[in-house]
Amino acid sequence: MEALLSKLVFLYLAVVLIATSILVITNRNAVHAVLWMLVMFFHQAVLFITLDAEFLAAIQIIVYAGAVLVLFLFVVYMINLRTELKIKNFMDFWPAAILVSIALLILIAKGVGSLKLPSPVGDMTPERILAEGHGKVLGKALFTEHILSFEVVGVLLLVAVLGAIVLTRRIRMKGEEA
Amino acid sequence: MDVQGAYNAANHFLLKYLGISLFKALIVVVIALLHVAYITYVERKVIGRMQQRLGPNRVGPRGLLQPIADVLKLITKEDIIPSSVDSRWVFIIAPFISLVAGATSLAVLPIWEHFVVTNVNASLLVVLAMSSLSSFGVILAGWASNSRYSFLGGLRAGAQVVSYEIAMALSLVGVMMLAGSMNLVEIVKAQIASPFKIYAIPQIIGFFVFMIAAIAETNRTPFDLPEAETELVAGYFVEYSGIRFALFYLAEYFGMVVMSMLAVVCFLGGWYGPFDIPGIPMFWFLLKLYFLIFFYIWVRATLPRYRYDQLMGLGWKVLIPLSLLNIVITGFIKILV
Repeated sequence: MEALLSKLVFLYLAVVLIATSILVITNRNAVHAVLWMLVMFFHQAVLFITLDAEFLAAIQIIVYAGAVLVLFLFVVYMINLRTELKIKNFMDFWPAAILVSIALLILIAKGVGSLKLPSPVGDMTPERILAEGHGKVLGKALFTEHILSFEVVGVLLLVAVLGAIVLTRRIRMKGEEA
Repeated sequence: MDVQGAYNAANHFLLKYLGISLFKALIVVVIALLHVAYITYVERKVIGRMQQRLGPNRVGPRGLLQPIADVLKLITKEDIIPSSVDSRWVFIIAPFISLVAGATSLAVLPIWEHFVVTNVNASLLVVLAMSSLSSFGVILAGWASNSRYSFLGGLRAGAQVVSYEIAMALSLVGVMMLAGSMNLVEIVKAQIASPFKIYAIPQIIGFFVFMIAAIAETNRTPFDLPEAETELVAGYFVEYSGIRFALFYLAEYFGMVVMSMLAVVCFLGGWYGPFDIPGIPMFWFLLKLYFLIFFYIWVRATLPRYRYDQLMGLGWKVLIPLSLLNIVITGFIKILV
């Protein structure tokens, strides 16, 4: 009963995830596309919860649904999307693009067909991680084993933030001179 | 004791056959709705007193039935959807997004050691996630209404909530560091075990930042620019009427209750009090909660509205650096003590 229920939940999540992803890229209305993406992010978070990864689920909602999508909405509001543009340079390649997609699909199918689950590494099972708390385990791993990569990512993000500020300031100064 | 037993039996039954703590959830929602209804009454009374007026006093003794009359009036009013709305479905869904995002946090907030609907590990993150979602309702309402005033209100709300959310989350990081947990029940227990009993004293900067950011998150005066009635008519809900309009109000007051509860749990020691009140274990929690809600009303009656650039400047140039400083200080305390 329990196993069947979790399978049903997974099936529902998978179907909704794929359907909403398709809706996101096919929708003509950009705001509706963002909304479908919100639905998709929610189901993704629930998928994480079914895998006992509640920290990841919370972060998924805070970062992607709460911050990134709001910024998407801002961008969608600011640019005028009333007219649909068809640029010839992009339109010419669609037969080739379809070919590449089919090739990739075959590759994925082959890969999934010969999939073998690796044996678990280390002594942390999902139950043990859940008992200790995801935040704690993740924090310990980040600040001990992966401290160098953590710091490097931090500096990279700082550079990106500074770069964005410098770019916007330069444009404003040029506008003032003209 | 008998009530406790009956409650436990009913809860156990529901937990076993439905798999969710429906009973607890129902109790919390009903009590929260009643609170929200009477907070509107208290707000009007208190502000009336502060402005040398009487406030509502016609319906029932001392106007006590005013909230019920208001609800009845709003339900029976005609529900108008403007013919020029940009997207009918988004227009209909937007108030519900606001309300659900505001109310869901109630599920993880512990009112008492043994009374929390679901005790998840990262409950503080759940509250933050839900509060970050509440901006969607406002932004989408502003867009879907297809009106200039609504749109400006929605844009302002989006920018405001996104920037103050960062300060709020960072101010809570200090609490997480001191308690060593993201579970709200554990945070209260760690507070009771700490020398000051409440985190508002060692985390005074964090508490200050949190209170300001919480007022901005719930779009209340002096940060009510999204609905600034003197310039935007009513902001994002200009085009809403009847019960949909009421849903936005409900969402705002739910947000206020949730933020006050979070402040009580994270900074003021939750259910802990100087002495136990027999029979009412959540007495101190409610006392602190009511004081914070009174504080919200007090601020509304006292302070004028901020200008938009002042609002953004305060958020990014004062509150975020202050909360970062708070994290550094807390880190030092953790190392030294």
